[in-house]
Amino acid sequence: MSGVLNSIFEPGFFSSGPVHAALLTGAVVAAVSGAVGVFTVLRSQSFAGHSLSDLGTLGGSGAFLLGVGPLWGFITAGVVVGGAMDLAGSQRRNSRDVATGIVLGAVLGLSALLLYFDTTSSSTTGVTVTVLFGSLFAVSGFTVPATLAFAGLGLSALALCYRPLLLSSVSSDLAAARGIRVRLLGLVFMIVMGVTVALSSLIVGTILSPALLIGPAATALRLTRRPLAAMGLAAALGAGATWLGILLAYDSYHWPPIGDGWPVSSFVVALIFLAYLLSALRKPERRTETVYSENTVHAVSGAV
Amino acid sequence: MFAPFMENTWITASIIAAIAALVGFFVVLRGATFTAHAVPNAAFAGAAGASLIGVSSLLGLGAFSLGGALLIGVLSRRGRHDAVTALIVALMLGLGALFLSWSTEYAPEIYSLLFGEVLGLSSNETNLTAILAVVCVLILACVYRPLLLSSTLPEAAEARGISAARIDALFLVLVALATTTAVPVVGALLMFSLMIGPPAAARALTKHPAPAMALGVVLALATVWIAIAASYQTNWPIGFFVGVGSAAWYVLARIGAWARLSVKSVGERA
Repeated sequence: MSGVLNSIFEPGFFSSGPVHAALLTGAVVAAVSGAVGVFTVLRSQSFAGHSLSDLGTLGGSGAFLLGVGPLWGFITAGVVVGGAMDLAGSQRRNSRDVATGIVLGAVLGLSALLLYFDTTSSSTTGVTVTVLFGSLFAVSGFTVPATLAFAGLGLSALALCYRPLLLSSVSSDLAAARGIRVRLLGLVFMIVMGVTVALSSLIVGTILSPALLIGPAATALRLTRRPLAAMGLAAALGAGATWLGILLAYDSYHWPPIGDGWPVSSFVVALIFLAYLLSALRKPERRTETVYSENTVHAVSGAV
Repeated sequence: MFAPFMENTWITASIIAAIAALVGFFVVLRGATFTAHAVPNAAFAGAAGASLIGVSSLLGLGAFSLGGALLIGVLSRRGRHDAVTALIVALMLGLGALFLSWSTEYAPEIYSLLFGEVLGLSSNETNLTAILAVVCVLILACVYRPLLLSSTLPEAAEARGISAARIDALFLVLVALATTTAVPVVGALLMFSLMIGPPAAARALTKHPAPAMALGVVLALATVWIAIAASYQTNWPIGFFVGVGSAAWYVLARIGAWARLSVKSVGERA
């Protein structure tokens, strides 16, 4: 029995400090990402969420250059760029996506330059890889309380404007008719998303963090159409994937081909994708897809 | 800058710019920015995988960008297009990270895969790029009218018997082809800015498809040429100049369109 347990949980898994920090921060970040992600998927802002995390590359690489903690770089970039993108964007989806793409392209170019300076100014080879792909096991010290604080901040902001945000996500015109300030709400949401994505960037790296934001939420919205239940489910799925990913990464130290451990991020993303695929097997409730689908929203907003 | 060893770079980059702009016109028209961003990221995983098992990186690029594009097409029939795309991007990058952790590539090589590399292109690669580009243009020429109709008026296209699903698959294949040709030079993360920036700028200035495509090609060529020259002079990554340059065209075009509009409205009032 203990042999089986030992082969699942490598000896030392539960007593390792980095693993504790990784499990804790991973779960917290997954929970916040799940809650914010449900709104992101409902609002069809996956591209914006993805871009925000890509843009975090700028913050991460800038922070490396200045020598401050990457968390601050990610957070600053997330808040500033999220706000700017919302202010610059228009309501029409196609042109919104193009505007997002243009901003994304420009800022990625800038990050390329900063990363270039990072790699040439210091001989540490792995900056590109660390910033882009993250490392959960490198979470340490001050980062843990800071992550918790920002996660709490994001969640309480979401709780504060939960009802109006939900209404404006499903139908912005209906919300506007009720006197909700839709643009302001959109801006607040973008900033909350910026902070969330910044946190997950730290965990799974800037280009993998959208998986944590979108994946569990999209899966949960396939399984239930009640928003609160979807948020809980998404948070649980995200945390589960993160924990299992950490466990597998820890175990993988003795796996082929190089015996140096597989990246946590790859496991987490693969698990999330698997969950999404599996959720398709379940027969969807007939109205799940339609209730919140864009078509309905467009029809509603067209009618108002 | 115009030394013999740069000759292949200039030729290859020009071909790439033209293809990116032509395909990019439809990307902008269909609002498929996110797809155009996703496919090059899949290509990145392919290149990392190819270097791991020791086959030509072009093979890996092609297989993964095609696979990623078609996966987006298949899965998005059942779910939300943008959520599916976001998931595929993440999955592909996760695979890329895994392959990289297995391989013994040096960081600069990973970096150039992500952000582009102008030096050291062989004439062999130039020939391959040219062949792929010709294939891409041929496909585009064959499906130009139905693709245009289906992108602007999907219902009218359906009524004429043009299957939206088939056109979508074809479009994804085009994006994958363009990606395969371009990623080795401009990099996986910045390929899409070349696809979006110049065509979006062109479309802000003219609504007619043919002039918009031509203008897009001209702007893309200008972007790439300036980027190579600047990158050669400063030794900075070419991706920086491509990304910022593409965005700059768009901003300039929007300012131009806005100025023209306000001049017109002033004229009407007077």
